[in-house]
Amino acid sequence: MLLRRDVFQAIADPTRRAILLLVASQSLTAGAIASNFDTARPTVSKHLQILTACELLEQEYNGREVYYHFNPKKLKEVADFIEPFRKMWDERFNKLETIMKKYKPKK
Amino acid sequence: MEQKTKINAEDGKQELVITREFYLQLELLFRAYIEPEIVEQWMGTKVLKLENKKHGSYQFETTDPKGNKHRFNGVIHEFVPNRKITRTFEMENAPFGVQLEVLEFEKLTDDTSKLNMHVIYESVAQRDQLLQLPFAKGINMAHNRLQDVVSKLR
Repeated sequence: MLLRRDVFQAIADPTRRAILLLVASQSLTAGAIASNFDTARPTVSKHLQILTACELLEQEYNGREVYYHFNPKKLKEVADFIEPFRKMWDERFNKLETIMKKYKPKK
Repeated sequence: MEQKTKINAEDGKQELVITREFYLQLELLFRAYIEPEIVEQWMGTKVLKLENKKHGSYQFETTDPKGNKHRFNGVIHEFVPNRKITRTFEMENAPFGVQLEVLEFEKLTDDTSKLNMHVIYESVAQRDQLLQLPFAKGINMAHNRLQDVVSKLR
């Protein structure tokens, strides 16, 4: 559960969401990512660290450069997380429908 | 296949919307919300009290597989037959606060109807926590099953 909560903390931050959007279209180095933000470079590094730790980003070494690329599988987990809640309501409503189809008013 | 029950929970908002279309005439759908015996069947709960009127209140009680009882209650703020119920919802002895539920019932055709359930939570964090409940329960159940299997291996 801890890791999952981390994914949610990770995407709760607007800067980190912006980073994910950037990297979703192409792999980028930390420097290239930082140049898109007014935030200080170490702050961006910190965000990259958190995103990498919860596996939303993956590092790829290309010579001396480290490229960050996006791991869509992890984000899918976030989307799937609402599914049990939806299923719970879906099952309740299915039951409701079945019961009411057989329902005969008492009057 | 299109999903019958849809949930719209936007990121960073303290609300969500559940919608569902039923192959039931509107009056039958609404009845399922106001007759205690019917509510008990589809919600899987005992109805201790259900006053369908403005300023009325309700209280439900469920028993979990371990035999623990959990109570839920709320107050009805608006009651318009076959159209709308506005009510609060609260789990007793739980740290989830009170939520506001606006239920709108709509006639689509003579035999079909639609429910629109707008739920507003006290905070974004609370909404996300409540959304996780069935998920956490699923994990627990899988875990217990695993334990059963493992203990039988010994």
